[in-house]
Amino acid sequence: MTTHTSEPSRATRPRRLSGIGRVLVAVYGVLALAATGRSLVQIVEKFDEAPLAYSLSALAAVVYIVATIALVRPGRTWYRIAWATIAFEFTGVIVIGALSVIRPDLFPHDTVWSGFGRGYVFIPLVLPLLGMWWLARHRPGPADAPEDAE
Amino acid sequence: MIEWFAWVQVAVAVLAGLVCIVLGLAGRVPNDLVLGALALVELLLIVQVVVAIVAPTVGNPPTGSLLEFWVYLVSAVLLPPAAALWALLDRGRWATVVCGVAALAVAVMVYRMLQIWTVQQA
Repeated sequence: MTTHTSEPSRATRPRRLSGIGRVLVAVYGVLALAATGRSLVQIVEKFDEAPLAYSLSALAAVVYIVATIALVRPGRTWYRIAWATIAFEFTGVIVIGALSVIRPDLFPHDTVWSGFGRGYVFIPLVLPLLGMWWLARHRPGPADAPEDAE
Repeated sequence: MIEWFAWVQVAVAVLAGLVCIVLGLAGRVPNDLVLGALALVELLLIVQVVVAIVAPTVGNPPTGSLLEFWVYLVSAVLLPPAAALWALLDRGRWATVVCGVAALAVAVMVYRMLQIWTVQQA
């Protein structure tokens, strides 16, 4: 939390949670909710059938929750966490998506990322791209800009 | 689950979602129409909760997972109040769009619930 006495003005330090970014956060929140609910059902009902796929679903759900929080929180650390989680999601949807198409025998059970997020109207594929675009456009202020831009 | 009622619900939620998104993009802050649309979506969801409780006892059981159905239904019921709360705290044009996104998400979830109930899938 930014509880500094000299709070930078919004003009010099744009908040990430502004404008259309709020819609992005809302969509992330909904996806986090959906992924959490679904992995909960999968784990409760049939974890033994596909431990790998359902563990991945649960991991993805947790990462979506962290990404949602990281997008809202101000500051450099949360900015980095947002990058890390969103990059993780993008890697996940590409790798698992490709594997599920090339080697369907490896993923007989659906995960959030199977078929490039087909079960979720491809939102898991598009959202990380929007998220990364958004983060690149809204870096933390010059004082605390990350030295190693990804 | 009553099939025609689920379709009415999907239609209302889609309409509410589109109206909110158009109003939001046009620069309107959340108004009575936006919150009213959300309230209607929520009301239909609460009716759906009652239907889902009663239906299995009167010979209309789900073909799919009842647990999955309820996870969807509970999540859907939470969405409009969350969006409305957001709209009351934020009062910006994007809050109107957020309300629309929530309504569209409810539409997708009700459609999934209908699939779980009527078509044995996953």
